[in-house]
Amino acid sequence: MNFDYTDDQKALKDEARRFLADVCSPDTVRAVLDDPLADFDRQLWARLVEQGWCGATIPEAYGGHELGYVELCALAEELGRAIAPVPFASSIYQFAEGLLAYGSDEQKRELLPQVAAGSVIGTIAFAEPPFAPDTAVGSTRFEDDRLSGVKLPVIDGMAATHAIVQAMDQAKEGLYIVDLEADGVTRERVSTIDPTRGAAKITFDKAFAQPLGDSARIEAIEDRAAILMAFEALGGADRALEMARDYALERYAFGRPIGSYQAIKHKLADVFVKNEVARANAYYGAWALSTNAAELPVAAAAARVSAGNAYWQASKENIQTHGGIGFTWEADCHLHYRRAKHLSLAIGGVREWKRRLTDRVEAAYRSHRSAA
Amino acid sequence: MNFEDNAQEASYRAKVRSWIEANKPDLSTLAPDQRLIWAEGHKAAMHAFQKAKAEAGFACISWPEEWGGAGGSQIEEAIFAQEEAHAGLHLPYFMTGLKMLLPALLEHADNDLTRARIQPAMRGEEIWCQLFSEPSSGSDSAGIRTTARRGGEDEWIVNGQKVWNSGAQFADFGMLVTRTDPDKPKHKGLTAFWLDMRTPGVEVRPIRTMAGDSELNEVFLEDVRIPDAQRIGPVDGGWAVVISTLMNERAAIGGSAGLNWPEMIDLALAIRTREGSAMDDPAFRDWLAEIYINAQAKRLLTFRTLTALSRGETPGPEGSASKLIWTALSQDLSSEALDLLGPFGLIDDPELSPLGGAFQQRFLWSAGIRIGGGTDEIMKNVIAERVLGLPGDVRVDKGVPFREIPHGR
Repeated sequence: MNFDYTDDQKALKDEARRFLADVCSPDTVRAVLDDPLADFDRQLWARLVEQGWCGATIPEAYGGHELGYVELCALAEELGRAIAPVPFASSIYQFAEGLLAYGSDEQKRELLPQVAAGSVIGTIAFAEPPFAPDTAVGSTRFEDDRLSGVKLPVIDGMAATHAIVQAMDQAKEGLYIVDLEADGVTRERVSTIDPTRGAAKITFDKAFAQPLGDSARIEAIEDRAAILMAFEALGGADRALEMARDYALERYAFGRPIGSYQAIKHKLADVFVKNEVARANAYYGAWALSTNAAELPVAAAAARVSAGNAYWQASKENIQTHGGIGFTWEADCHLHYRRAKHLSLAIGGVREWKRRLTDRVEAAYRSHRSAA
Repeated sequence: MNFEDNAQEASYRAKVRSWIEANKPDLSTLAPDQRLIWAEGHKAAMHAFQKAKAEAGFACISWPEEWGGAGGSQIEEAIFAQEEAHAGLHLPYFMTGLKMLLPALLEHADNDLTRARIQPAMRGEEIWCQLFSEPSSGSDSAGIRTTARRGGEDEWIVNGQKVWNSGAQFADFGMLVTRTDPDKPKHKGLTAFWLDMRTPGVEVRPIRTMAGDSELNEVFLEDVRIPDAQRIGPVDGGWAVVISTLMNERAAIGGSAGLNWPEMIDLALAIRTREGSAMDDPAFRDWLAEIYINAQAKRLLTFRTLTALSRGETPGPEGSASKLIWTALSQDLSSEALDLLGPFGLIDDPELSPLGGAFQQRFLWSAGIRIGGGTDEIMKNVIAERVLGLPGDVRVDKGVPFREIPHGR
């Protein structure tokens, strides 16, 4: 029984925290926030590549370091805590995972070493205007090796060099790899509530594309990403709670620290409980991810929903605990408020994932009952 | 991350599983109404099983050998408890004594008379209850007004009233906290004793709860004479004894049996609507997702506790979070079940209601679990102060002689 990080994993996590405290301070995050033309922090990205993080779970045969998925979860938790302004989730949890699951050996050989080296930044493009959010396939078409259509919003769409794009061919929906720097691809920067993670509108006009295998399922890629993103949210939620706690200790009102009032204590205890619910479900997701358990789809949805709930609660109550100062641009509270919502919307909102969760729980229930 | 026993734990589990299989009582020979917890037949069967456990060294696995325990680890004790529950055995009669009170008794005992209580309790021959709470001392657990004054050279005379004493009507012995010096500050004038529940002047009156059961009691103490040899710890040092029992309570692993999300799906599928069943209702499906993540968290947090025990560490703050999650889950779940049933939710007739009226019973009972064993509000204070490190509230009762502390009626 070890429903926790191992000592080695804890050491890795501690080292990651120290490293990020050094290279990804709130000022680093703000530099991207305040620069309308910055899509991510290139210097920070280079440092993560140097540390080998981009190739963490990529097999050695494809230029990676073949660490375990629990280790990647630990890194994700720390990246979330630091609100890192980099396209790590898009490139590593989604693009690299999609290639690993469904790509041909040739595709993996071509792209994965570059992902590990940080020179290829990948993302996934599924949503289409107007308002088709839940990975619905709209008008994007694939025909004769060419892809046409519009995707909006594509998270990290400006930072990325490549994308896995969801589209229809004559028969069915599928996933296609597109070089975003090639002919037939036009990108426009899109303003979002979390400018520390950019987004784009991408128009494909007969852009060259190659199929990502012939049985690729975007839901399966999203499930794996959901667990890793849940760890980012968990790290952020823990940090937001710490900020609120620290402020409640230093801020005095009516002659005593506001943290001595039960209105604040009970509010923050509620946040703590929600974070514990998220942590338990995230750890279960990490177990499922690292063992490729049959429970992975249920665990992923549960991790995503509970982490979304927790980060939302922690980030909004962090602002509330800070009072007026928490509402200013100058305070860091809004960085978490923005990132919390970004993470919970990026691959489909909490509402959509609750739907998936109940569908999967019901399916598991039915197969269990019919077996019994 | 893994859920498997290590080699040592696995072999211990195999050993206790086969022992339990070979020694467990056969409840099927009892009449159905005698198989229920607290029925005489059930109690007698569990007493015999507890005796067998004591003889085989499984009664108090983690206690040191000098106390008569097996000198085993907390994880071994947890594994035995899991296997016992797995075999359908429930022994609540002995838990308050063996898990909470007697370890504290042993920690603070200074004579053989007191130590002599241990062996019979381990064999299930003597049942213990806790006599701490009072009408004006609930969450404020040091606000005790039951008095103990010196009667003669070697005895004390106790007067007062205790309340919420679980199982006191079946108990042979009680652990009692009294006020011995009202001129000292609140926590400094308390003294703990143990006593025979048949001592003259002790009167136990069951309390009927809103759920209809009468497991809780009031205990009236009128000129109860207790020998000084039954004092636990020093005079005016009773608060340390209380703290010891609370620490033991925190280390115990609670069960989470009962109604959960699968029973909710069973119910929803059975409820016919124009669309098919209540399971087709998107609002219900949304609710189910929320309840599922909390139910999973409750289950998974137990594994966090077991992980700590397996490493020989003290369990972390997940216990306080776990209680809040579990009590909220219980109440929400039963309320939602009744709501799904609509007007049928009103019916608690076991013949007419799903699961024999279990949802209706839980609906009433769940109001109490948010209060017993630390109220929601106290659990939140514990999290805020001990986990998050926030300051305690401003206290008007600190450093003041107990008799000068403002109080209600």
